[in-house]
Amino acid sequence: MINQTQLKLPDPERDHIQGAIDAPIALLEYGDYECLFCGEVQPIVREIQRRLGDDLCFAFRHFPLTNVHPHAEHAAEAAEAAGEQRSFWPMHETLFANQNALDDESLAEYGAALGLDEVRLIQEVISGAYAARIREDFKSGVRAGVNGTPCFFINGKRYDGPRALESLLAAVSQPATIM
Amino acid sequence: MTGDQDARASSQLRSNREGSLRDSQTRFHFLMPTSAEANTATNPKSGQGNDYKEMYSKSRPKALPSGVEAPDFTLRSTPDQWLALSEFRGQPVVLAFYPADWSPVCGDQMALYNEMLKEFHELGAELIGISVDGAWCHAAFARDRKLHFPLLADFEPKGDVARRYGVYRDKDGVSERALFVIDAEGKVHWSFVSPIGVNPGADGILSALEDLQNKQATLATK
Repeated sequence: MINQTQLKLPDPERDHIQGAIDAPIALLEYGDYECLFCGEVQPIVREIQRRLGDDLCFAFRHFPLTNVHPHAEHAAEAAEAAGEQRSFWPMHETLFANQNALDDESLAEYGAALGLDEVRLIQEVISGAYAARIREDFKSGVRAGVNGTPCFFINGKRYDGPRALESLLAAVSQPATIM
Repeated sequence: MTGDQDARASSQLRSNREGSLRDSQTRFHFLMPTSAEANTATNPKSGQGNDYKEMYSKSRPKALPSGVEAPDFTLRSTPDQWLALSEFRGQPVVLAFYPADWSPVCGDQMALYNEMLKEFHELGAELIGISVDGAWCHAAFARDRKLHFPLLADFEPKGDVARRYGVYRDKDGVSERALFVIDAEGKVHWSFVSPIGVNPGADGILSALEDLQNKQATLATK
């Protein structure tokens, strides 16, 4: 069944991760910067990271639904472009905090505000420099049974429960009991 | 740049944008239920899921199994165009029956498939969505969601095609959320009926299409 899908992750060679790769709990999110539900869950993810500390490794993969979210692809590109300038996570936070303004001009603005080379950033965004990587994220998600965003995997198993803090926290705290 | 600077920068950006973000959230949350609502709707553990379930009766689907001939049909694809299954003979077809345009899970499921068209095409397959909604409704839905594949109207006689595929819900007057992969010879290769509130995703379809491709490759080498 889809719920039992195992996913090898996170991969330190390619994934953006926060925390130690050998932490006992691995939380992977498939998300879309223009998806409001992903935006809503963002503070919850941060709180889980705060509470679990060194016990948690968090990874984020892109799952942009580009037809319903016209800016999602460029926003994902901007996160990757910032990552190339060692600022993936600050850009990640900035994008989720500004979901209503993800046009190219705003993306360049965020790059500048984060002290990045915004000209390089926006050139990479517009040329789709990271399109293949973003597509790879998306396809890995589809393969693993992601059917919408945000979608979480805890130690490789899809989490289908509510996205409230208590529920997610309970699930990540006892990864063995996840359906 | 330090973490503090990062935090300051994003918090400043946040405060600049917050007013309009709130407006758009209110507006879009109501108008465009997306994946997340679909996910909660599907979850038996969440309260919203139960509400969604109560909208539909329980049913025992008898979807056509693999190996049988896929019944041919001709349905409207737009208010003035018709599409027949037989037109696709010679290539695999993915038939995605869904209960209704606009309902959260369907929208999300179709949005996902819309993003997957390239992969389906790479596997030589065409995707077709089918529901009992009329052609004008489909047209508005497809335009709103920017769908790039045909939606067929199983509208008159209502649900006739869904019935022939064994996936009509008499009590509800809509079809199941059912997937069929039809092979190049017009036979059902794979079928799957998802619980009505659950977006089945695309992994099953991809596996079925790859299976077909492998079979073809094996035949070709014989």
